Amino acid sequence: MTTRIDRRTTQPRAASWPLAAAVALALLAGGFTWTGDAYAQRSGGRGESAAELDWWPVRENVWMLVGAGANITASVGPDGVFLVNTGRESDSERVLAAVGDLQDQLNAFGKLDVALPERGGAETRSRMPINSHPPPKPIRYIVNTSSLPHNTGGNEALAAAGVTYSGGNVAGTIADSAVGAAVLAHENVLVRMVSAGAPFEALPTDTFFVDEYKLSTFFNGEGIRLVHIPAATTDGDSVVYFRGSDVIAAGDLLDMESFPRIDVERGGSIDGVLEGLNYILNLAIPEFRTEGGTMIVPGHGRLADSADVGYYRDMLTIIRDQVQALIERGMTVQQVVAERPTFGYEGRFGSDTGEWTTEMFIEAVYRSLKEE
Amino acid sequence: MTSLHGRSIRLLALLAAVFGSAASFAQMDFSGEWPVVRSQDNTDNPHLGEYVGLPLSQEAIRRAEIWDASIQSLPEWQCRPHSGAYIKRGPSNLRIWKEVDPASRQIVAFQTEWLRSTNTPIYMDGRPRPPEHAAHTWGGFSLGEYQGDRLKVRTTHLKEDYYRRNGVPQSDRATLSEYLIRRRFRNEDYLTWVIVAYDPVYLTEPLIRSTEYRQDLHQRVPPYPCTVVTEVVRPDGYVPHYLPGTNDQIYSFADAYDLPRTLYFDGAETMYPEYRFKLQRAREAQQRD
Repeated sequence: MTTRIDRRTTQPRAASWPLAAAVALALLAGGFTWTGDAYAQRSGGRGESAAELDWWPVRENVWMLVGAGANITASVGPDGVFLVNTGRESDSERVLAAVGDLQDQLNAFGKLDVALPERGGAETRSRMPINSHPPPKPIRYIVNTSSLPHNTGGNEALAAAGVTYSGGNVAGTIADSAVGAAVLAHENVLVRMVSAGAPFEALPTDTFFVDEYKLSTFFNGEGIRLVHIPAATTDGDSVVYFRGSDVIAAGDLLDMESFPRIDVERGGSIDGVLEGLNYILNLAIPEFRTEGGTMIVPGHGRLADSADVGYYRDMLTIIRDQVQALIERGMTVQQVVAERPTFGYEGRFGSDTGEWTTEMFIEAVYRSLKEE
Repeated sequence: MTSLHGRSIRLLALLAAVFGSAASFAQMDFSGEWPVVRSQDNTDNPHLGEYVGLPLSQEAIRRAEIWDASIQSLPEWQCRPHSGAYIKRGPSNLRIWKEVDPASRQIVAFQTEWLRSTNTPIYMDGRPRPPEHAAHTWGGFSLGEYQGDRLKVRTTHLKEDYYRRNGVPQSDRATLSEYLIRRRFRNEDYLTWVIVAYDPVYLTEPLIRSTEYRQDLHQRVPPYPCTVVTEVVRPDGYVPHYLPGTNDQIYSFADAYDLPRTLYFDGAETMYPEYRFKLQRAREAQQRD
């Protein structure tokens, strides 16, 4: 069952011509700077936002928001909101409204309440007939699974709307320690974003440079792990594992709409992507007959499970092996593209147009194999 | 005096009134224990390279060509069931039972279960179809509606699988239109299950197949638990497959029946009777050479 958000606040408003003109002028004036690199333009970092946003329940407290340029995974519960990725910048206000709407709807049914005894003190009657619900807690954590703009575009707005609970000497010493949500990512995400000129307010606040980062405490009733996958779609990829809900946010490692968007310039490689997919397969346990069980939220497209990841891994391994065989025959990248090592999968995952074409994917595979 | 002809017409009209109106208030029940009628042309193990009768796209043929049966030994493949696009034609023993709403007593769903395969409810209660971004399953998501005594079923949200067990792929964009027809013949109950598969990736035309089941009240559908084991020791991430142009095994079907090897690439053509003339001409040319 889908839970649809309140369209009054999340539907894109009908654009007026003066507004559209102002936006066009701002674009022409170069008002946007940090996503100005080639990949950001390809991946629509500030691209048009037209899709309807839709929440889809994954399991327990974990939800998937579709339509913001990339899937956003959210844990929504009594502790507040934990987001994996923030979508395109142009969608950030709608995403923020969607988060609020989901919280309101869950709160109306008491789903965000901190557990309290039904009866207490001298009062012998239940609180329920006269009780209400406290306001939901804010966005407290954001994870970026890579530095690509469709994953980080909403950082600034969404982090600013959030809060980091802080106190003691930390709050006194670090003045802004409670300002905004914490943004977690591998260190290379921070490096890439800084070098691309991202505004300070959009940058990760807490980074890790080792293989894994564990949230120090339970959040919404479960432990959360961030696992770094080196040299995958970029050099800063992470997957996020919600241990209690048994949900993995795979980021761009798994794309149910296209071949993976490997950015060799940012340290990505086909072998890294395969390593990440095999890691997910090792971590996941199906419920029955290779279906269900651990659910995997892809970076783009429909919700998946380990069987879907298995197919995607098989496909990329086969394509990688074909490209490798063509390289060993001494072919240039143009010759490899002409051989169409993706043939067999193009009707499902390929594209001749748009921001990520089949040809670009083959070139990325070729380059990453040649550079090994 | 009433003629024989006139009485026949009145009898037919009476029968039509009785049985025609019966359908409007008494819905056909598809519940039962349904073993497959094995005397029908069946789908026992196909040859490698046996793609005739399937309207395959060239991409599907490439997938089938590079397919290595050894892939089924990978841990991720070992316990997979046949999916909804295959098992209805597979086929294996079928059980169907009704779920009835406790308040309205209306049919909520027909539950379907095949031996060693998947359980799939066919929802009858008017619930909406999930959005495309919902997960896909082996059985898919099925909604049913009565068309007289016939049940029409529309299935979406299938996982990737196969149309034939020799590497012929079915994409997760495939959808099915299905028709269930129950009838009595020589004092036995039969169920005909017609499956029309549409696949924008791997089929160039709809693939229409059917299966006959016959009621057997003594049928059993035993449990089929599955345990994943290491069947072959391999490097992590190894995926068995052939490189294009290196799989000679796909010719085993053509060679076994003395058919031209080019038939692999003929796709939808192989479904039609006229194709035999093309085969004949190719065989004659082959003999001349």
